[in-house]
Amino acid sequence: MAEPILDARIPAGPIEQKWDNHKFDVKLVNPANKRRFKIIVVGTGLAGASAAASLAELGYQVEVHTFHDSPRRAHSIAAQGGINAAKNYRNDDDSVFRLFYDTVKGGDYRAREANVYRLAQVSVDIIDQCVAQGVPFAREYGGLLDNRSFGGAQVSRTFYARGQTGQQLLLGAYQALARQIHLGNVTLHNRSEMLELVVKDGRAAGIVVRNLMTGAITSHSAHAVVLATGGYGNVFFLSTNAKASNVTAIWRAYKQGAFMANPCYTQIHPTCIPASDEFQSKLTLMSESLRNDGRIWVPRASDDPRSPDQIPEDERDYYLERRYPAFGNLVPRDVASRAAKREVDAGRGVGPLKNGVYLDFGDAISRLGRAVIEERYGNLFQMYERITGEDPYVVPMRIYPAVHYTMGGLWVDYNLMSNIPGLYVLGEANFSDHGANRLGASALMQGLADGYFVLPATIGDYLAPQLGQQPVPTDDPVFTEARQRVEDVTKRFLSIRGSRSVDWFHRELGKIMWDNCGMARSRESLEKAIAEIPSLREEFWNDVRVLGDDATFNQSLEKAGRVADFLEFGELLCRDALHREESCGGHFRLEHQTEDGEAQRDDENFAYVAAWGYSGDHANPILHKEQLEFEYVHLAQRSYK
Amino acid sequence: MQEHGRTMKVTLSVWRQAGPQAQGRFETYEVDDVSPDMSFLELFDVLNERLVAKGEEPVAFDHDCREGICGSCSMMINGRPHGPELGTATCQLHMRKFEDGARITVEPWRAAAFPIVRDLVTDRSAFDRIVEAGGYITAPTGSAPDGNLILVPKAVADTAMDAAACIGCGACVAACPNGAANLFTAAKVMHLNLLPQGQPERWERVTNMVRTMEEYFGSCTNHGECEAACPKEISIDFIALMNRDYIKAQFKQRRLASQRG
Repeated sequence: MAEPILDARIPAGPIEQKWDNHKFDVKLVNPANKRRFKIIVVGTGLAGASAAASLAELGYQVEVHTFHDSPRRAHSIAAQGGINAAKNYRNDDDSVFRLFYDTVKGGDYRAREANVYRLAQVSVDIIDQCVAQGVPFAREYGGLLDNRSFGGAQVSRTFYARGQTGQQLLLGAYQALARQIHLGNVTLHNRSEMLELVVKDGRAAGIVVRNLMTGAITSHSAHAVVLATGGYGNVFFLSTNAKASNVTAIWRAYKQGAFMANPCYTQIHPTCIPASDEFQSKLTLMSESLRNDGRIWVPRASDDPRSPDQIPEDERDYYLERRYPAFGNLVPRDVASRAAKREVDAGRGVGPLKNGVYLDFGDAISRLGRAVIEERYGNLFQMYERITGEDPYVVPMRIYPAVHYTMGGLWVDYNLMSNIPGLYVLGEANFSDHGANRLGASALMQGLADGYFVLPATIGDYLAPQLGQQPVPTDDPVFTEARQRVEDVTKRFLSIRGSRSVDWFHRELGKIMWDNCGMARSRESLEKAIAEIPSLREEFWNDVRVLGDDATFNQSLEKAGRVADFLEFGELLCRDALHREESCGGHFRLEHQTEDGEAQRDDENFAYVAAWGYSGDHANPILHKEQLEFEYVHLAQRSYK
Repeated sequence: MQEHGRTMKVTLSVWRQAGPQAQGRFETYEVDDVSPDMSFLELFDVLNERLVAKGEEPVAFDHDCREGICGSCSMMINGRPHGPELGTATCQLHMRKFEDGARITVEPWRAAAFPIVRDLVTDRSAFDRIVEAGGYITAPTGSAPDGNLILVPKAVADTAMDAAACIGCGACVAACPNGAANLFTAAKVMHLNLLPQGQPERWERVTNMVRTMEEYFGSCTNHGECEAACPKEISIDFIALMNRDYIKAQFKQRRLASQRG
């Protein structure tokens, strides 16, 4: 049976001209007419805030929804290391083509070439934009911008603001958004959670939200809806994501017909602080930039009881430097993560629970001096000390991989529009640019590229022909029905009055996902997960305990909706992982590996995007394929040796 | 390194308030089997699990990243915003900083400008109003010159970054006997006013932000509690710099007005 084929509407022509030609070809809305269009933006992270501000600057009426108390709380704020741009300020032969090449290769040849090339092109404009906004990037003594290197690249193209790059970029976008709010071009709804996408005649017509303070459920209509609602890493319960990060907005859009692409592409970040006990509520990332100066090692002997300073040099295994001499400690994230898992599984893990590897700054401190290390990583060292009670200037850090980023998301075409006309998806919420593995310092780049430069240039193509049309009125039956669905499910949560908390179910789901669909997956483990998740879901709907009511601030009720969606989404993620009979990037199938344990792709059969369509709660999702063509970066086994 | 297996017991006295208009009160909860490696918010996770098991509504508290950067968490712990450890947000505070058997009082931020939503959750939207009044550089997307055309001396960039590190949590306001927001406002004003990019709007920015701040918050009388409470250890010197800019701005703007005739 042939699956339906998806058309990404990639412009014709040589790759370096596609974006410029396309911008000329898209339909424009003239400046005076832009204010006649209303656009809803959901989410205020890098992608959402930058899109909302830029669209409002163009003259569109923008309505923004965030479930946070302030747009500035979005989880982009926690990104530490930096943002890539092909500026070649270091004279180290960087170029747009090299950033493009590194990203396609780093993504293990599962990204769309045309999108990635565009991303590399606009990366340089992002830096300019952020500097103009006053983002306090690190500087050289002469006042010029400083750079550092990052995993998966052999050039220094990463711009950074201490260990708080995400914070500073988000504040830049938030401030641009604040200006537009002040000017009256943006209406902000805070503590407002999107719970339904409303579709009329096949087009996105608006959303239904719940006010988290009052419980009021309201409808909002517009000419277009933009989802910039982040990733779904919390399906694993323990991840580096913020506690509230969730899949709800894109999952509800999926249930209205939007395709979910490549959900099995989840990134496990190699440098996180290992879990310390069963109460652990989240895992904390230590920026990958630490791998620039830190050396990763484990004792050569299994179950070595000695403290790290008692283990002499020749009894240590710097396994990344040994196995990947060209990239050493700077191999891409998926490679570094699997290598750590291999050491820990072999009993060479360190720390009280033997669940980590060392990241040692001893050499760097003796070479560069403590002051330089403090300047580069001071806040990260401080954070580590707070969490573990250990001083990383003296004792090597202990790290272990954790779920961090999700490359999958709603399917979008070259214009960032989903298969539902009028529904756009930006940032981590879409699937577009990172293939099966994202390189460090590329998430911030993609979020801001989508929001500042891509969407503002492409959305006119959809809007222009609608000039003069009004948004669907919110008393239309499509809105009243959607509101009713939200009210019904809210009441249902409160009426179950079962015996277990929402968090209990979330933890149980996380265990199933991590054990069976984490760093290593197999047919057997995935089939096990696909069998276990539906019974946990059923138990949830029979036995969850949500106290309180729906007319006040009720955090358990909020969480119940998000966990209910994770309980459905997790199954789709496992089904996608099961269908993809190959290993690529963050998706590692035990059945598909090379002799030395590296991921083995199957380009012949799997060089496509898997986009799943909803076909009912009790029916299997329908697979749609977008074939990936590699004209510029030739398919090859990735090697970082 | 922590010895594993050791547990503690603490007695919490927690502010409970069902809604913005409801009468609040302290409730006492004993929590045992607390691991010293647990964060303060994980202690509340455990407490809430136990409350739900008993059929009592869990304690509402704001939290999100649990890495000390989003600025959501906001607990007044034994009378100190974010608790006893300097330069640390509540989410990064760990139970090893408390004695076994400790009695710990936990309240929401107390400030007129931050009305209580429920239990330990307050509404800090007034901070957004201050930023909206001028906490930005006008640089519409697409209009920027090459990043390296704007030289920023390293010392200036570093100082601007010191100010920009603010996470907007509101501890400064909660610590202030007057409920003033001068440290928050000064951090944003000076982040931007120090940079070359921030010069064109420098005087208007400080004027508008300070005036908006005064609509919502109390006045600064140089207690310095804000600096001590700040989880990012932002220096009170920025308030002095902001005050200098504010005074200057009043003269500059008068001159500009007279020039306009």
